[in-house]
Amino acid sequence: MNIEQLLFALFALLTCGGAISVVICQNVVRMAFSLIISLASISALFFLLSADFVGATQLMVYVGGTIVLLIFGVMLTSSSALLQIRTSPAEGFLAAGIGVLFLSVFSFTVWSVDWDRNEAKLAGVTAVDVPEQGYNEASSGNTVRPLAMSFIGLRPDKDGKAPGYLLPFEIVSVHLLVVLIGAAYLARTKRRVSAES
Amino acid sequence: MTDPLTVLCFSAVRLGGRILDCLHVETTKGRAMSLILAAESLAEIITGITECEPCSIAIAAVIHVALIGAFFGLPAGIFIWAERKVSARIQDRLGPTRVGGRFGWLQAVADGAKLVQKEDLAPKAADKPLFRIAPYVVVIASFAAFMFLPFTDGWSAVSLDVGLFALFAMLSLEVIGVILAGYASGSKWALFGGMREAAQMVSYEIPMSICALIPIVMAGTLNLNEVIHYQSAGWDTGFPPFFHWNVFHPVAGPAFIVYFVCATASCKRAPFDLAEAESELDAGFLTEYSGMRWSFFFLAEYASMFLVSAVAAILFLGGWDDGFGIVRSLKGTSTNVLDPSVILGNVIGAGVLMLKASKLVLIQIWVRWTLPRLRIDQVMTTCLKYLLPMACALFLAAVVYPMALIVLTGRPQVLPLSAPLTEAAVLTTDEPKVEVAAADAEVSE
Repeated sequence: MNIEQLLFALFALLTCGGAISVVICQNVVRMAFSLIISLASISALFFLLSADFVGATQLMVYVGGTIVLLIFGVMLTSSSALLQIRTSPAEGFLAAGIGVLFLSVFSFTVWSVDWDRNEAKLAGVTAVDVPEQGYNEASSGNTVRPLAMSFIGLRPDKDGKAPGYLLPFEIVSVHLLVVLIGAAYLARTKRRVSAES
Repeated sequence: MTDPLTVLCFSAVRLGGRILDCLHVETTKGRAMSLILAAESLAEIITGITECEPCSIAIAAVIHVALIGAFFGLPAGIFIWAERKVSARIQDRLGPTRVGGRFGWLQAVADGAKLVQKEDLAPKAADKPLFRIAPYVVVIASFAAFMFLPFTDGWSAVSLDVGLFALFAMLSLEVIGVILAGYASGSKWALFGGMREAAQMVSYEIPMSICALIPIVMAGTLNLNEVIHYQSAGWDTGFPPFFHWNVFHPVAGPAFIVYFVCATASCKRAPFDLAEAESELDAGFLTEYSGMRWSFFFLAEYASMFLVSAVAAILFLGGWDDGFGIVRSLKGTSTNVLDPSVILGNVIGAGVLMLKASKLVLIQIWVRWTLPRLRIDQVMTTCLKYLLPMACALFLAAVVYPMALIVLTGRPQVLPLSAPLTEAAVLTTDEPKVEVAAADAEVSE
């Protein structure tokens, strides 16, 4: 067992353990903390796979952003100091059903990947000619420059033949701008109404 | 270990601190040493010696953690002493004089010894597991961000193409520890302090990141070491080399000031220390803490001060570049890491960066003991109504300025470019710099 497998096992355990304790915990803030452990471990897994940019984004957006908003929401809305959440049996069954369905989708996807490249062996071609599915050492790491290039519409990695993501990128940024203006507008009107009343 | 080259390599590791990308060494001594000489990292050097990959990665990890721990803990200790001494002098007092000689050098150690002895208390109303974990979250977030800091050319524990982004991502985790501390304490003062602190840190992160993006856009890379290479210049341009630092750039100069204000606020330093405002909130989220856990918050605060100051020095003040071409001339164009002049240049570079970062920390201390605390609404107004529009306008200006210069003068910057430091620098800065150099040549013709 090499050190990467050891680290992978550690962070995979933390990810799953965090996820399970999110479900088991009844205190909202402890749930949020378990979620932090789970999401941060996922970003560690990304770093382990040399996906630096995705790992850092995972930390910034989910752990540093979303969770903080979530805890803020809990702090501002909870009526008691340490809010408890109790689920009814019906909710439990529903969640378990959805969870099992989701797990089966994941399992199906993982098993449908040809990890041992059996198809290539059966076809009698050398394994080198068939690109490996899943994690690939050669294509890992230092993805920032290709990513940045593709966002301004350049794809040097595909000899410039594939289209970049300039249009989706612009649409998303305009969408975010609309959301920001909307949020500011809502915040302002609310204050005005309360001032009049 | 008897091989002199191996010993030299090890002493270079010790001397240097963090060997990081132990440079792109070309092997001249045959294949036998190639594994060590061609090593891109400390782990590869140790693998060349021990021939055991898992143990060498473990050894390298321990060395890196110990070295970063030294850079995390030592400045914090020194700045705690400096804070007391400087504040005393500002207020016309003597400050610490008793422990460790005339100037109270050992004050930080004495403080630490006192704090370790205190009882580890948790209030009855507290959510105990979270209450106990919160200080560690803050310390770990601050410590982890040091991984991405280049202490000198090529010396960083993790040299990533997303360096600055990853650093800010790590640093943004600090706020979670503060919120947890505020919430888990089971005290209204702590809760108010935690919420104020979270609102403040999350708000100030926005103008801070936008300002940090300005040098990134200018240099065209998120890799912090390459940002320094962009600012490093020799005397061959006809201007003093420090004119190439971003702080002397008409757009990045004001951005440095905005960044520094935001950085001070994000370290919860006065005049932005609302979260622990004694007069209003007792001690904010620190109210219920004592002993070691309390000191962890302060360790993280001083380490973060040092970290954001080092980032400011890297982005705007040339990082390890001394401004008079000394480091550059020592390093020359040699690509051999074990060359004594390269090692000396790197060590001087590390000292220069420490000096710049320490100066900025001293300014933060000076500001704290000079300005009164802002009210919470003034803090948010400063950020959202003044600093954020300023940061956005500066960012726009930073993008438009080179275009305007190209129209007016035919090249994207006023100062002529210096020759790149090493081949590695040419490789990492890619074509843009080469094109600009060609444009320079045309203009001079």
